[in-house]
Amino acid sequence: MQTTVDPAEIAKFEAMAAEWWDLDGKFKPLHMLNPCRLDYITRQIAAEFGRDLKAEAPFAGLRILDIGCGGGLLSEPMARLGADVVGADAAERNIPVARIHAAQAGLAIDYRHTTAEALAEAGERFDVVLNMEVVEHVSDPLAYLTACRTLLKPGGLHLCSTINRNPKSFAMAIVGAEFVMRWLPRGTHDWRKFITPDELFDLLRAAGLDPVDRKGFQFNPVLWSWRISDSDLSVNYVTASLAPV
Amino acid sequence: MDNPASGGIVRAMKPDHDILIVGGGLNGPALALALARGGLSVGVIDSLPIDTRSDPGFDGRAYALALASQRLLGAIGLWPRIAAEAQPMREIKVTDGRAGEGASPWMLHFDHAEIEEGPMGYMVEDRHLRGAFLAMMADAPRITQYAAETVTSQQADALGARIGLASGRALSAWLLVGCDGRRSGTAERAGIRRTGWGYGQTGVVCAVEHEKPHGGIAHQFFMPAGPLAILPLKGNRSSIVWSETDARAAELLAMPDADFLTALRPAFGSFLGEIGLAGARFGYPLGLTLADSFIAERLALVGDAAHGMHPIAGQGLNAGLRDVAALAQVLAEARGRGEDIGSTQVLRRYQQWRRFDTATLAAATDSVNRLFSNDNKTVRTLRDLGLGLVNRVPALRRGLMREAAGLTGDLPELMR
Repeated sequence: MQTTVDPAEIAKFEAMAAEWWDLDGKFKPLHMLNPCRLDYITRQIAAEFGRDLKAEAPFAGLRILDIGCGGGLLSEPMARLGADVVGADAAERNIPVARIHAAQAGLAIDYRHTTAEALAEAGERFDVVLNMEVVEHVSDPLAYLTACRTLLKPGGLHLCSTINRNPKSFAMAIVGAEFVMRWLPRGTHDWRKFITPDELFDLLRAAGLDPVDRKGFQFNPVLWSWRISDSDLSVNYVTASLAPV
Repeated sequence: MDNPASGGIVRAMKPDHDILIVGGGLNGPALALALARGGLSVGVIDSLPIDTRSDPGFDGRAYALALASQRLLGAIGLWPRIAAEAQPMREIKVTDGRAGEGASPWMLHFDHAEIEEGPMGYMVEDRHLRGAFLAMMADAPRITQYAAETVTSQQADALGARIGLASGRALSAWLLVGCDGRRSGTAERAGIRRTGWGYGQTGVVCAVEHEKPHGGIAHQFFMPAGPLAILPLKGNRSSIVWSETDARAAELLAMPDADFLTALRPAFGSFLGEIGLAGARFGYPLGLTLADSFIAERLALVGDAAHGMHPIAGQGLNAGLRDVAALAQVLAEARGRGEDIGSTQVLRRYQQWRRFDTATLAAATDSVNRLFSNDNKTVRTLRDLGLGLVNRVPALRRGLMREAAGLTGDLPELMR
């Protein structure tokens, strides 16, 4: 195999992979949220496809797309559960980073520098599309969600999380996370792009999906941990929707 | 192709087991059974042959299993195998006694009738527990036992944990668990340091038979040299744990049976009638050790390997089983999420859950022992008043009982 990447570049990517997976580093907020996100994702997939999470490789035979895969924080667990995983990221530098970490973990994951729209156009189809913390960053949410629907096989499952738009989410996600805690770089989020759960349900329906569930990801500042909430969708929340059969 | 990793897709490598447990005593097998029940494959390594460990004369101890521990054993399917040999502990009487003077009038009395969950715990002999664990592990399809094997080397990195055995065999897993006791080689090889101290005391343990039935009552006498516990076993038998200075304990262990009984009688008292020996005597040096960390890269410590505490109130095995239940739950949840079960992120959840709890307990049992191993008159009067006070405040007493039954704190699911 030919490669045009020089060793200095690889060293840089290895350092970035270490950064992505450093529990106390720059992606600490994502690592803190991740178990909670994974609980929701794994339970939804297990319920939809009738899988037992205690079984060996419970997601075997399922093709899963992780959009905005970053360093592979969701792709790796899905691969470990036996799924056939494609991790896509529009940021090119994330791809070699994710590949290096998966290789270190001994996991087979197909990471690609591409977009949902390009994959849809290429005719790729999946049982599950993970669309976590992406929709608040795109310029045309409806076009984007329509591409996500196109990527699903009939009856496929689409899991989409984002941030609500209200004074509390402004205080928590922008003032708190970006300015006070410095968890996220300033300018990570544009509050005007945040979407309320009702708006997201309308967008999902307009994209041809059938929304079936929504839950909150609630941060407990005392225990310093996240949990899934049935009622509190005021800041971070997640939705499940199905492609028509 | 612009792929700096070796190929777009790598082949996943599977280790020999999901988890390797070093130590086949009591915590190790309990953890192996709990993990196997959750779908994980487990290897259990012990330096002794199975025959030695299953010999009824191997270990003469008996354990006061807290109710929470009994529930854990129920959840992993072990309890039905030992229930017939377990003696329910219905009452605990704590007395500040001095040999030859009789019991102090200020006595603590815990009666299970005051808490709704049933008896405070069960007395179970080591030989029954150990035998049942070994039999269950032999039948468990996801458990492999490596008996008469010593670990000689251990390494950990992103790909997993690997150990070398004296036989030349090499084994790998996502996670290594040290259940190898207070002198844990697993912890030492990982560079985990320990803080601790001895008490200069040895626990002399043996079973005695007595004329009168014990009625399921456990007694703890606090003597000047150290505590004497009389714990009810099945039938007209009790297990005694007699904590004495190292020198005195060595004498007690060496003397002929008749002389030992002569020495024991004044401390034991006559409330159970005539007493005789019902088995060999064993000595266990007492001390407190606490590992500086319960985790390292791809390693978790459980039980005495993490925290060896003074065996007052029988909290050693109970604390170990609480580690077992917490670690099994953390790992089962991580596995269901697709997380790397040996990753630092997962192990930190176990450490956060258990370390504070055990440090508190170790400090509490330590100070209780120091307080009660004191023959100073003022201290004696004060603690007598303290005991009397606890005894007359039902809410405080119920709280202590629930604590002794292991029902307080953030209880793992397997113990609920």
